[in-house]
Amino acid sequence: METFLQQILNGLVSGSIYALVALGYTMVYGILGLINFAHGELVMIGALVALQTVTLLAGAFPGLHPVFLLLAGVGTAVPVCMAVGYLIERIGYRRLRNAPRLAPLITAIGVSFLLQTLAMIIWGREFHVFPQLVSTTPMQPMAGVVVSPLQIFTIVVAFALMGGLMLLVNKSRLGRAMRATAENHRVAGLMGINANGVIAATFIIGSGLAALAGVLFASNYAIAHYAMGFTPGLKAFTAAVLGGIGNLPGAMVGGLVLGLVESFGAGYIEHLTFGFLNSSYQDIFAFIILGAVLIFRPSGLLGERVADRA
Amino acid sequence: MTTNSTALPLPASVAFDRRLQRPLVILLALAAPLIALAMGKSWVRVLDFALLYVLLAIGLNLVVGFAGLLDLGYIAFYAVGAYTWAFLASPHFGLHLPFWIVLPLGAAFAALAGIALGFPTLRLRGDYLAIVTLGFGEIIRIFMNNLNQPINITNGPQGIDSIDPLTIAGLDLSKDLDLFGVQLPSLTLYYYAFLACVVAAIILVRRLQISRIGRAWAAIRDDELAAKAIGIDTRMMKLLAFALGATFGGVSGGLFAAFQGFVSPESFSLMESIVVLTMIVLGGMGNLAGVIVGAILLTALPELLRHFAVPMQMALFGKTLLDPEVLRMLLLSLAMIVMMLVRPAGLLPARTRYAHRDRRNA
Repeated sequence: METFLQQILNGLVSGSIYALVALGYTMVYGILGLINFAHGELVMIGALVALQTVTLLAGAFPGLHPVFLLLAGVGTAVPVCMAVGYLIERIGYRRLRNAPRLAPLITAIGVSFLLQTLAMIIWGREFHVFPQLVSTTPMQPMAGVVVSPLQIFTIVVAFALMGGLMLLVNKSRLGRAMRATAENHRVAGLMGINANGVIAATFIIGSGLAALAGVLFASNYAIAHYAMGFTPGLKAFTAAVLGGIGNLPGAMVGGLVLGLVESFGAGYIEHLTFGFLNSSYQDIFAFIILGAVLIFRPSGLLGERVADRA
Repeated sequence: MTTNSTALPLPASVAFDRRLQRPLVILLALAAPLIALAMGKSWVRVLDFALLYVLLAIGLNLVVGFAGLLDLGYIAFYAVGAYTWAFLASPHFGLHLPFWIVLPLGAAFAALAGIALGFPTLRLRGDYLAIVTLGFGEIIRIFMNNLNQPINITNGPQGIDSIDPLTIAGLDLSKDLDLFGVQLPSLTLYYYAFLACVVAAIILVRRLQISRIGRAWAAIRDDELAAKAIGIDTRMMKLLAFALGATFGGVSGGLFAAFQGFVSPESFSLMESIVVLTMIVLGGMGNLAGVIVGAILLTALPELLRHFAVPMQMALFGKTLLDPEVLRMLLLSLAMIVMMLVRPAGLLPARTRYAHRDRRNA
């Protein structure tokens, strides 16, 4: 029972991070019908920029409080990622909006590798240790489950951001413009909505969330690396598809479900396969879920769109 | 507008050029290793790899360029071919089967893997297909990396070494050949063996392209619904594209294993799938000549960079800021982005590829 609850907690932590990233995929897909392959790289850039800021500040002012460092890290990572996200859309995708579908997809893969290479040039190939800004010391066990403040922090922040995004999309003017553009951007244009502006805003918001997810991800795994964005990116995409791509609540549900499946899978796979497979196979769950969902229920858990659009 | 012009006669001017081109290309292909040898043995090695990539690119082009199915897990088939050779002809399991058993087996296993991937994904197209195939490639890699316990099958991340070399009719290609007093190095021998495979592949693919199958693929690529409506068995044709493409991957994987004498999961990363895709994109999707040019360019350019960029950086800055591997990745990613923005049909565009670019979301 204890391991069971523990797996739920671990699943919720990684799942809420996947959900944050998945929101970016799903927003862009909802509006442009494009899988922004480079979105995972923004997670990596967010983590590395935050790490750089924290390292510089901690070096210059040794006595600084961790909360301040964390805020400074996030405060630089988010704008930088927003700028990168905007540039990707502006330079990479805008010109291809009316091109055959293969073209933006290949560009997106190219952008993803370009960002990885640039990160490799700037930060090198080595793994960087991400500092503990929120304590990871376990608190008093509750019902036998070990919880650290960082895990609670991660879940709280992720859920707060998701709630904020839902408010933005459902209540604000920009949100209404986004929904209108997603519905049909030509008609939205006729109604006086600046579709290019809305699309740019979508990329910027999604990139900001990815940056925050990157900081949370790097804090939880205590590591940052130029290639760290790709796999979480793919998993977040899986989460978006699982929930029904283009559907915001779907992306959150998908992220949490994927996180739980992964953590249970990693925890029990050894028993289920009589020791033949072990937890190093953790990453295959996302791919298997992805394949299965696309084949059997392409509209996802909450979505209505069909795979034929792709 | 959507006619398949692959079988139309070429314009007279091109046909004239062709007459000159062909002997020139053949001559160049035959003389290449000798020229390279004069510059140093490492260049012959580069040529050998270029040919393996050409073979891979021809196979992937069958799937992506002809049938329009974007496959990002193509390197998995290369891996299947390579590991088949490693299992059946190395001390790892103590088996040393001859190449004429191992190579067809590798090709067959790869084809089966192609069908295994193709069958469940028949309904998917475009972005979704790309992502699922990518996942397939990653799953294969994860298995290669971890199947060393509890039963040691793939030897894990260490890979399998001392793989038997290619031996044709008693001639061991890994040893230098003394031909009437002329020393032919092993690398050159491999070159000609690979060249023979590439030529066979080119002939086969050219025949395929103008055959009923090739036309069916083009039809599916241009408009799947219409293709179905005129009675093309789209399921069968897609499976065939996956299987045949995978076969090419399997053969080149086997040759790679024999040539290297060593395989490890590292050689079959997602990056390699992307590399082969970039070759096709750069050269011109769907056009055989373009694909070959793309493959050779993208194998040779990083090597050229290695030889010139590093000394140049040393002279300019006194240290190497960008090592060759980074330069290679930069080159690849920029090639993909810039080509799509500037010249989406590639350096040598296929004549039918973007027949209806004005139609949105086709």
